[in-house]
Amino acid sequence: MGLFILRRTGVMIITALCLTFVVFFLTNLYPNLEKLAKTQGNFRMSDEAVASWLDNNGYAQPTVVKYGQWLGVLPGWTKEVEDGFNGRCFNGPISAEEVAQQPSFCGILQGDWGYSTVFKDEVSSIVAVRLGNTGFLMLCVLALMVPSALIVGVLAGMKEGSVLDRVLSTFSIVTTATPEYVSGVIFIAVFTSSTVGLKWFKGTATSAMENATFENFFLPVLTIALYGMGYIARMTRASMTEVMTAQYIRTARLKGVSFHNIVLKHALRNALIAPFTVIMLQFPWLLNGVVIVETLFNYKGFGWVLVQAAGNNDIELLLAVSVVSVFVVLVTQLISDIGYVYLNPRIRIS
Amino acid sequence: MEPLTWTGSIAFLDPIFVYSLIALVIAIVVWIVLSAVLPEGVATTNPDGTLTMASGPRKTATQAVKLLFVLVVALLVLYLVLGVFMGTGAGIIGAMSQQFLPVWTSLIILYAASIAFKRRLGLYGKLYDSPIGMIGFGLVMFWVFTGIFGQLDLIVTHDSLSQVSGMKNKVPGTPLRGAEEGDFQWYLLGGDNLARDVFSRMVKGAGVVVQIAPLATLFAFMVGITLGLPAGFYGGRLDTFLSFLANLILAFPVILLFYLLVTPEIVATGVPNYMAIVLFVFPIVFLAVLLNSRFYTRPRVRTPLLICVLGAATWLYLSLVSTGGFLINTKDYSIWGLPTYMDLFDVPGGILVVFVSVVFVNSPTVFRIVRGLALDIKTRDYVAAAQTRGEGPWYIMLWEILPNARGPLIVDFCLRIGYTTILLGTLGFFGLGLPPESPDWGSTINEGRKLLSIYLHPALPPALALLSLVLGLNLLADGLREESLKD
Repeated sequence: MGLFILRRTGVMIITALCLTFVVFFLTNLYPNLEKLAKTQGNFRMSDEAVASWLDNNGYAQPTVVKYGQWLGVLPGWTKEVEDGFNGRCFNGPISAEEVAQQPSFCGILQGDWGYSTVFKDEVSSIVAVRLGNTGFLMLCVLALMVPSALIVGVLAGMKEGSVLDRVLSTFSIVTTATPEYVSGVIFIAVFTSSTVGLKWFKGTATSAMENATFENFFLPVLTIALYGMGYIARMTRASMTEVMTAQYIRTARLKGVSFHNIVLKHALRNALIAPFTVIMLQFPWLLNGVVIVETLFNYKGFGWVLVQAAGNNDIELLLAVSVVSVFVVLVTQLISDIGYVYLNPRIRIS
Repeated sequence: MEPLTWTGSIAFLDPIFVYSLIALVIAIVVWIVLSAVLPEGVATTNPDGTLTMASGPRKTATQAVKLLFVLVVALLVLYLVLGVFMGTGAGIIGAMSQQFLPVWTSLIILYAASIAFKRRLGLYGKLYDSPIGMIGFGLVMFWVFTGIFGQLDLIVTHDSLSQVSGMKNKVPGTPLRGAEEGDFQWYLLGGDNLARDVFSRMVKGAGVVVQIAPLATLFAFMVGITLGLPAGFYGGRLDTFLSFLANLILAFPVILLFYLLVTPEIVATGVPNYMAIVLFVFPIVFLAVLLNSRFYTRPRVRTPLLICVLGAATWLYLSLVSTGGFLINTKDYSIWGLPTYMDLFDVPGGILVVFVSVVFVNSPTVFRIVRGLALDIKTRDYVAAAQTRGEGPWYIMLWEILPNARGPLIVDFCLRIGYTTILLGTLGFFGLGLPPESPDWGSTINEGRKLLSIYLHPALPPALALLSLVLGLNLLADGLREESLKD
C-alpha cells in the first residue's frame, strides 16, 4: 500500500510538471506576450517598444529557462536598466548592492507564487481568498448533492422496474441532460425574474461572499448539484440493483428478514462502494460547473479567477490556478483508488 | 397587424389542457405513494388453473395515469395538427408548428418506413421496440431535421443576423414593424437584445450543432480507437505512455484548456492548425490499417482499393486542414498546403478551432473506454482462435475485437454527442471560438442571460432546445443499451 501511494505520488508530480509546462508554453507564446505588454504598457506600443518591454521584464528569455525560474530551480533573472537593476525576485529598479542582498532563487519551491498582473497583488493571497469562497460553495454543493443522489439511487435501485424506479430514473436522466448554464438560466428565469413574478431567490450571489443566506446562495448550489446528481444517482442505482439480485440477499429474503432490514443492513453497505469512487471522480466536473456557475451568478471564487486570468493572459495567476486544479483532480483520483481498496474487503484482504 | 397570442383562436383548448396536466401530475404523485404504501397485488389461482390479479387502488391509479397521459399527449398533438392547418390563426404555437411542417413530414416518413421494415434493420430496427429509445430518437431527429432544413432556409422566418428597428427585446408574437409584402409578419418568439428574431436564431443554432457535434464525436472516436486498441492489446510500455498522455489531458479543467486553445492570440500562432494536422491524420491511419489488415493476402484487391480510398481520404484531409492555399499561415512564416483550385472546401477559422478543441478534449475518454474493452476482449477464445490461425495483430484488433466491442461503443457514441453539444454550448457561453454574432445556442444563451431578470424570451428557447436535444441523446443511448443487452 505504501509503495502504491508513493508511486502514485510520483506520477502525480510528473503529471503536474507536464501540465504546468504546457500552460507555461501556451501563455508564453509571442502573441500572448505581446498582448500582455500592451495591456501593461500602453495599447499603441510599437513593435520595438514591445520587444524592449518584454526584454526589460524578463519575458524575452527562452521558455525553458523561464519555467525553471518559475519553479525555483534556476536563479531568477536580473537585468540592468536605466536606473539600476530589475529582477524576478524583487520589485525594481534597485541598486547593485541591494540586488546582492535579495534571494537569488524565487519560484514555487521557495513558496513564491509570483505576482498577478491583472489584480496587482500576490498570486498566493488571491488564490487563497478565492479558493476559500469556492471551497464554501463546493461544501454546500456536496452537502446537497451526495445525500440526495444516494437516496435517489438507493430508492430507485431497491426494486428494479417499480414505479418509483421509473420516476426517479427519468428524473436522473433529465438532470444529467441539463448542463449548468441551461439549468441556471431556467432557475434564474423562473425564480428570480419580475416577469414570472415568483422572486423567491436572488439572481446573483455576489452578496453571498460576505453573508451567504438561503435566498442568495441556494440557486448556485442547486445548479451545480443537479448536474452532478443524476450521474451519481444512476451509478448508485446500477450498483444497488446488482446487489439486490445477489445470492445473499435472496437468502436473507427466504430467511424472512423484512424488506427494510434487507435494504438497510444487508444491501446498502455493499451498494455504496461503487458510488464512492464515482463521487470522487466527479470532482473535475464539479470544477467545470463551478466556473460556469460563478460566472453566471457573479460569485467571485476560484472559477471566476480562472476566467479573469485566462481572459487577460495573467501568466503566473493562470499557472497557480492550473496547479491547484490539477492537484485537486489528481488527489481525488488517488483518494478514490485508495478508498476503493479500503472499502472493498475482497481487495483489502488479498 | 395584431400581436399574436400563444394559442390564438384555439384558446378554448387551453383550460382543458391545463386541467388535464394538473390531473396527470396529481395522478402520478398518488401512483407513487400508493405503490410505496400498498402491498403488491396478490395473484389468486382460479379453480380452472388461471390466475387473476385482484384489482385494487393500485391498479386504478395505474389506469388513471395511463389515461391522463394519453389525454395530455393527444391534446399536444391536437395543438400541433391544428397549428399546421390554421397557421397563425392558432397563435404562436400554431405558427411555429406550421413552420416546422417539413420536419413533421420527414419525421413521419422516417418513422413509418422504419417501423414497416424494423425486422430487417438490425439494432436500429430494435430501437423501435423500446418506447424510451423511440422518444429519444424522435427528439434527436427533430433537431437534426430542423438543423438541415434550417440551413436550407426552409423553417426560418427571418434572416438570423438582420436587425429590424423597433423590435429590440419585443415579447413573443409581436408583429414586425414596417413589414413588407413578402416578409413573415411576426417575430414568433420575440426579438433579442439586438432586435434579431429569436425563433430563426434558435433554428439556425440547431444547424451549427448538427454540423459540428456528430462529426467531432466521430473524429474523437477515430483517434480514441486507433490509439486505444493497441494500448489495450499490446499493453506494456506503449500502454503506460499513452495512458499517461490521456490522463494528462483529462486532468486539465476543460474550460482552462478551451481558454488556452481558443483565444485569438493562440489561433494567430497556428497551434490549433498544428493540432488539426495531427488529429485529422488518425481517420486516414484507421482506414488504411482497417483495409490493409483485411485484404493484405489479396494484393490485387488491396492495392487498387487502398489507392482509391486513401487518395480520396487524403484529398479530403488536405482540403480540411489547408485554408487559402496554406496549411499554416502566421505572421512570421507559412507552410504551403493544397493549392486553392484543388481545395474542396474551406472551414471558417473559428469553426476549425472549436472542432479541434472539442475532438482533443473528447478523445482521451474514448481512448480509455476502448482500451478497457480491448483489455477485456483480448482474453476471449475467439481472439486465441484467430491468433492460432496466424492472423496479424491489427487484424485481430480491428476485425475481431472492435466488432465485438461495438455495443458499448455505440451507446457511448450517443452519449458523447450529447456531451459534445454541451461542450459547444460551454464554448459559446464563454464567448470562445465562434464569432459573436453566431446563432449557436451557447452564444445565444450567453447574450440572453444578461437581461434575464427582465426579458426571458431571448435566453429560454435556446436553453430548452439544448436541453431537449441532449435529453433525446441520453434517452436514445438508454434505449440502445436496453435493446443491445437483450441479445
